[in-house]
Amino acid sequence: MSFKSAVITFPGSNCDRDALCYLQDLTKGVVYNIWHEEASLPQVDLVILPGGFSFGDYLRSGAMASKSKIINDVIKHANNDRYLLGICNGFQILTEIGLLEGALIQNKNLKFLGKNCFIKKKFKNNFNLSIKEDQVLQIPVAHNEGNFYCDNETLKSLKNNEQIAFEYCKGEFSNSEENINGSIEAIAGITNKKKNILGMMPHPERAYSDFHPSQDGKLIIESLIS
Amino acid sequence: MRIKILIRLKSQILEPQGKVIEQSLNNLGFKEFLNIRQGKLIELDLPDNLSKEEKDQKIDSACKKLLVNDIIEEYEVLG
Repeated sequence: MSFKSAVITFPGSNCDRDALCYLQDLTKGVVYNIWHEEASLPQVDLVILPGGFSFGDYLRSGAMASKSKIINDVIKHANNDRYLLGICNGFQILTEIGLLEGALIQNKNLKFLGKNCFIKKKFKNNFNLSIKEDQVLQIPVAHNEGNFYCDNETLKSLKNNEQIAFEYCKGEFSNSEENINGSIEAIAGITNKKKNILGMMPHPERAYSDFHPSQDGKLIIESLIS
Repeated sequence: MRIKILIRLKSQILEPQGKVIEQSLNNLGFKEFLNIRQGKLIELDLPDNLSKEEKDQKIDSACKKLLVNDIIEEYEVLG
């Protein structure tokens, strides 16, 4: 049976097209593009909430999008144990909905970060099965609010439940940093307790094609369809 | 009635914009301006005939549902 997926587009999303191509090229299955005002989602295996500046980042990044009409069905989709991936602004939307814990606040150095960064997997889940322990992935980031914050109790529970999927690390560039944006424990991506929802700041959909500097982003979709 | 809601990051959350504002003010000679933190103010109108309880309940509900993220922010209704 072929893998079906969908990408939600909000006003201000700007990585939805990249996400569509990413899914089309790697899953070879049907990919739907769903406008945020739609009331229902088709039955799919994976939904991506893409990067961008939904609703102009007004109020807080992801706050407005988290109240969109389609979100009720996105929550139902996730509650049915299907996969949900939030990339960058999508990660911010997932924390604003409350499907993922914590919040993403302004980068510690106040800079918008648009560059290649390096991450490695922390705890195993279905999104990173194809990635080896200690394998360093080169995947770009492009964000202003990517500094992951949660209180100590939440951090403890994220660790105890093995919900930390990716952390930033040093890579092959001499100027690469261990923690690019000040996130607690250099967290780059987390899952929910059931591990069917992943939010991550780096953009795997910008690292899969031959024309990208890295193809490491492929590994996430490969993990899901393998 | 005009309602003013002050929203700020909780004290334990780093607020880098305030730090930069403080640095700039200090450079301009305002050396005694310390511990600056920036927040946001939301102003809105509510009907005058609401009771205090109704008003408080509506504002509280709007803050919880959308205006405030209580993981990182706190709010107070001014005046």
